[in-house]
Amino acid sequence: MMSDITDLGVAAIREGVVSGDFSAAEVAEAFNANVAKAKVLNAFIVETPEKAIAAAKVVDADRAAGKILGKMAGVPIGMKDLFCTEGVQTTAASHILEGFVPTYESTVSANLWKAGAGMLGKLNLDQFAMGSSNETSYFGNVISPWRKGDGDNAPLAPGGSSGGSAAAVSARLCPAATGTDTGGSIRQPAAFAGITGIKPTYGRCSRWGIVAFASSLDQAGPMARDVRDCAIMLEAMAGFDAKDSTSLDLPVPEWEAHLNSDLRGKKVGIPREYRMDGTDADILGSWDKGIAWLKDAGAEIVDISLPHTKYALPAYYIIAPAEASSNLARYDGVRYGLRDLPDGSGLQDMYAATRAAGFGPEVRRRIMIGTYVLSAGFYDAYFTQAAKVRTLIKRDFAEAFAQCDVILAPTTPTAAFALGDKSDDPLAMYLNDVFAVPASLAGLPAMSVPAGLNKDGLPLGLQVIGNELDEQGVLNAGLAIEKRAGFVARPGEWW
Amino acid sequence: MSVDKETVIKIAKLSRIAISDSEASAMVGELNGILGWVEQLGEVDVTGVEPMTAVIGIDGRMRDDIVNADPLTGGGVPEKILANAPAKEGNFFGVPKVIE
Repeated sequence: MMSDITDLGVAAIREGVVSGDFSAAEVAEAFNANVAKAKVLNAFIVETPEKAIAAAKVVDADRAAGKILGKMAGVPIGMKDLFCTEGVQTTAASHILEGFVPTYESTVSANLWKAGAGMLGKLNLDQFAMGSSNETSYFGNVISPWRKGDGDNAPLAPGGSSGGSAAAVSARLCPAATGTDTGGSIRQPAAFAGITGIKPTYGRCSRWGIVAFASSLDQAGPMARDVRDCAIMLEAMAGFDAKDSTSLDLPVPEWEAHLNSDLRGKKVGIPREYRMDGTDADILGSWDKGIAWLKDAGAEIVDISLPHTKYALPAYYIIAPAEASSNLARYDGVRYGLRDLPDGSGLQDMYAATRAAGFGPEVRRRIMIGTYVLSAGFYDAYFTQAAKVRTLIKRDFAEAFAQCDVILAPTTPTAAFALGDKSDDPLAMYLNDVFAVPASLAGLPAMSVPAGLNKDGLPLGLQVIGNELDEQGVLNAGLAIEKRAGFVARPGEWW
Repeated sequence: MSVDKETVIKIAKLSRIAISDSEASAMVGELNGILGWVEQLGEVDVTGVEPMTAVIGIDGRMRDDIVNADPLTGGGVPEKILANAPAKEGNFFGVPKVIE
């Protein structure tokens, strides 16, 4: 029985707890045991088994008292270590925040605890969410639970930046986890790990208490093993928050209750610019399968054009570093985190020494690019130009959504690569997010759903992009794919 | 536009990040690789296009003019504010001497 519990997802656990098939405490214990066994994956920076048990006991007591249980009742989850958690170290996988213990709780995590979820621990990620392979973490690489099918046991990247989340959900260390997505950080790792993840419309989830990377792009979302679980968890995470000036003041839709994989009358757009030269044949093959599945679900397929697609990634690599250089100015060694004060040095030396010691190479690189593109004389040529191109990318999507309801594309240009393959070449790493970044720049809801395995036995994801506020359309198309893909593959438990 | 070592050192100074001479040399190529790649944005005709300031159109909100309307962002919690301070004295952050 105990080994079966960790195969269950969010909906099944909640239903089992509500109906009394098992207690929330049993669920927490089973997942705590899996977390404890999987240290080699390095998915967690901090484990909090006692928090998972304490939350479960509250749910069990509420059930015994006949109270109505929340949407996430009895579901233990992993929390990306980018969310501030009161009394539990929050590092953004950086040295500069090592030992930082927030005195407050992020809005999204507080919403999840209110809904009955419990915390198994804080999940590893790329440092300050900057990376696509989880290799920039100060606390070491996350190892993907997946291995190639040909006996090659080279450790693979779990994707990034939510690499700990993807690895943990895929390896059954938790039924679901939080992620954040600035330029693909939920969708790309979900695709690499054969799980499901959705980035909602910008503003659905409060950014309050999430360590900021690029504020105009950062958005939290759930990562789980199927579409329904994502819908449930997103309902629990989302909602208006006056403490975030870009929070959407709208009611949270009942996405789970309205899930419907019948796509008759819907139009699915296929963007011709995403069919890039040199794209992996397996990726193109899974895209064609996705088109056939959505047709089978009743949708009409239409060709669309997103003419500025090729400019999305370069625009992102101006806008995101520019915002990061501003957001990360707060790490100065004065108020929290690391302080490096060389002998006899003054305040300015302390800032420079602290930031050199506290930030990893990729973070320093992005801060410096951001500082450069915002500096006097270069601001208009770089930043203003990128912000104008961003307007055009958003306009491309608006015009496309006049002709279709959702867009189908691959999530990534390749399946998971080996750790170390791209870590010496920043540009090659950035290109991994080529299909994910456009929707981020446009603030649109977008989801990755497992589509199948490539010739090496590694998962591939399909991406569904929806119009502003149409998470329902995205989830429904995702569900139509899920039902037809029949994806049941899982990594063998070698750890 | 491309950067030289002197420019890299200047950017590092503006970024308040200490950098050694050899690190600065190594970054010249890295930054030029990235900057050369993003310069393709110059090809895009942006005549009459406004730079994006908000990705989802929302009106700026005013909050009610109430002190500590939300206790999570209110004042009067110096012990919480200082809880993670690397150095403190009383209710103040400690820093190296700023004025001689």
